[in-house]
This record gives sequence, C-alpha cells and structure tokens, in this order.
Amino acid sequence: MPHEQLKQLFQLEFAKMVAVISNLFGLQHIELAEDIVSDTFLTAAEDWEKNGIPPNPTAWLYTVAKRKTIHQFRRQKIFDQKVVPFLSSEATNSLGHIDLDFSPKHIRDSQLQMLFAVCTPAIASEAQIGLALRILCGFGIDEIAEAFLSNKETINKRLFRAKEKLRTENIQLGLPPESEISARLDNVLHVIYLLFSEGYYSQTQNRILQKELCWEGMRLGVLLTEYELTNQPKTNALLALMCFHASRFNARQTSEAAVILYEEQDERLWDADLIRKGLQYLALSATGDQLSSYHLEARIASWHCIKEDTPGKWEEILQLYNQLLMVNYSPSVALNRTFALYKANGREQALIELEKLKLEGNYFYKVLRDFLRTLPQR
Amino acid sequence: MKEFTLLFRFPVNNDPTNMPPEDMKAIAKKWQDWAGGIAAQGRMSGGGLRLAMEGKVLKPGGVITDGPFVEIRECLGSFIVVKADNLDDATTLAHGCPILDQGGSVEIRPIFG
Repeated sequence: MPHEQLKQLFQLEFAKMVAVISNLFGLQHIELAEDIVSDTFLTAAEDWEKNGIPPNPTAWLYTVAKRKTIHQFRRQKIFDQKVVPFLSSEATNSLGHIDLDFSPKHIRDSQLQMLFAVCTPAIASEAQIGLALRILCGFGIDEIAEAFLSNKETINKRLFRAKEKLRTENIQLGLPPESEISARLDNVLHVIYLLFSEGYYSQTQNRILQKELCWEGMRLGVLLTEYELTNQPKTNALLALMCFHASRFNARQTSEAAVILYEEQDERLWDADLIRKGLQYLALSATGDQLSSYHLEARIASWHCIKEDTPGKWEEILQLYNQLLMVNYSPSVALNRTFALYKANGREQALIELEKLKLEGNYFYKVLRDFLRTLPQR
Repeated sequence: MKEFTLLFRFPVNNDPTNMPPEDMKAIAKKWQDWAGGIAAQGRMSGGGLRLAMEGKVLKPGGVITDGPFVEIRECLGSFIVVKADNLDDATTLAHGCPILDQGGSVEIRPIFG
C-alpha cells in the first residue's frame, strides 16, 4: 500500500477507534485511548512492513486495538479502581472481560458523541477546532501546527489544556437531551464551519492540507445528517454552503481583491459534482420554519455558482445580504452587501452607503472604494 | 452606544397593506434596503416586527375602543431598535425611511438602559 493510502487509512481509523475506546474508558482517559490507537498503528506499520498488508486491514487494526485495550485494563488495574463505574453493561459480559464494539452503528454513535463532547462551549473555540482536528479527524500535531501557522509546542499545550478542561468540567460522552440538542447543535455547526474556513481561507501555502481541512469539515457535517435528531435544516444548509465553496476551491484567486470584487473565475475549474450536491443539500434545508444564517449564506453561495449576471440575480443577492446582516453583522458581510448594492442599485447609492460603514481602516473597504470611484459615471 | 426605538406611523387613509402588488414589491424593496443599510453599519439592535391592524385602546374611565390608536390621522405600523451615540445620531439613521415617502412619520425615542 503506498504511503499516502496508509496515512489516509490511519487518519480515518484513528478517529473511529479513539471514539469507540473513549466510550468505554470515559472522556477522563482520552489520552489512554489515543495512546492505544497510536500504539496499534505502530504495531501495524512494523508488522505490515514485514508480512505485507493483511486482506482486511481495518479488521486487523480493530482486533489488535481490542487486544491492547484489554492489556491496558489488566496492566494498570484501572478497571477495578476507576473504570467500572463508567462501563456500560454492553461492554462487559463479566468482570474482567471487555468487548469493544466496532460495528458501523456503534462507530457512528461514538463519533457523534465525541463531536458533541469536543464542541463544548466550556473550551475556547480555537481549542475546540484543534481538538476536533486531532480526535475527530486524526490529524497529526505537525499538520495542525501548519494549518494554524503555529508550532508543535503551542498546539500541544493547547490540546493539553483542552483535555484538562474536559476533565475539570466533567464533560461526559453522550448526546445532549433532546430538548437541548438544537442549541448545542448550533455550537457544533459553528465549530465545523470554523474548521472548514480554516481550510478554505487558510494562510498556509499547503494546498493539500487546505483541501483536507475542508473535506473533514464536510465529513463531520455528513456525520450529523446520519442521525435523525441532528439532521436538521440548518445542518443541511451548512453542508450546502460548504459544498458550494468547495466547488470553487481550485478556481480561487490569489488576489485578495477578487474576494470582494468577484473577479472572473475560470468556471472550467469549478467542480460540477459538488455544485450538484450543494443544490441537493440546499433543497433538503428548505424545510421547517427556522431560518439560520447558514441558509442565507448558502443561498448567496449558490447564486455565485451561476456565472451569468441575470437582472434578478444581484437584487436577490442584495436582499439575502440585507437579511443576513440583520441576524449576523460582520464588516466583511457589510462590504459584500455594498458590492451587491452597487450591482443592484447603482454606483451612486453604493458609494454613499459605503461611506456610512465607517470601515476606513479595513483593507477590503479601500479596495471596494477605489473600485467604485474609478468606475465610469452612470 | 445607546439604544433608540424608531416608531413608524403611516397615514390612516394610506394603509400600506391596500396596494397593487407591483407597488407593494417596490415599497418592500425600499424598506429592506433601508433597514439593510442600517444593519450594514452594525447599528441594528432588534425589531422588524410588524403590528397587525386589529387592536384595542383603553382610556381612562374604562373606555375601550376597537382598532389601533389613531391620532392626527396617523397609525403605528411597526418599530425597530437601533444603536446610536445620542438622539441626533439616531435621528440621522431615520433619514431615508420609506414611510416618509408615503406621508408617514418616524418617531425616535431613547430606551432607558
């Protein structure tokens, strides 16, 4: 198996195995779960080097992980002293015998629980993303450091503090009660979007890493749709938004001005499949009576996947921005709205309203102002 | 920044809900663009609620009349809450409000904070 595929396998299985083992030990011992899984990969790397890749690599990994988990139990005597209170009855048939459930359903359930545990408001949001990348996406410390343009020590400290918080706040693995899920889901969606944005707007030059971050964000979004209580309209709206952005990944301009001025992208570089998927998710999101900011952003993004400037297009986009600003103000959204205002209502009004924004210190403000000023008079 | 309510009153003989569809659309756009402009400045606090046309008015002596409160042939339509430094600043935001084109008025009142 080429190195790249092995790395992908380990990354994917890391997240699943840590989730399942943490379910058994409890979130207090998350490092133990990480160690067991890392150790399993080490054993795998050595064994497969010597004896070749087994016919079912995943099953091989799970079997070895189970063995190492039982070994840990016995060696550290955690079982008697600390873990017994946390073990669910499915995990043990009798004292001393542990069964790790690696069925697809339990893997999915464990990952969902881990997602909610990691995206807890008790931890700072930077730490949430770092923890999500490590625990849920199986990223290495080096990669996380590169994604954040940071270094290993800082990331390690950040993760350490985050896990400490999980302990001191006594965060348990387990989905929130139904009455709280919608509110907690907001936080989870926010973290997923931040993670995706790290990849999409990233400062790092590593394009492969950028794509992986976007991809992981989308994968976590899909995970949420596989569970009925979290498969809400706003979840599908966020997925639509991520698909639309991701579809234009290869066509993104390096010039910063292009971000605000929607300069011509080479649409041959757009991914038609992702646009299609985006439209599917957008349709799925159009239910219920809750309008989230993701709905508005997704609709705006879907408009930008249509190259032609039809008369209605910029008017629609302007109204979507008007609505978005009412629920979610930010300087960049205000600037984008002003560009749409220029397209829909003309240069004069846009210039007047641009000045009212009072964003003179903002680089993109200057770009837009210069652009509008140098336009031929209407 | 402090908070101020902007109360919109329209003339009674010019009820905005009785209008041909194209005019309605044009007015709706004016409202959305005007409110969006305030929101773009980061000054929108809340509101955008509209009041239904039914109502009651209770006056001293236990007198109850049907319908909204009408005074000087104007009627309260809706309100928003904005952020501003002072009353003059808040009044500046009220300029360009579409209700003025319809012969209505905007009342600006500080909110006790």
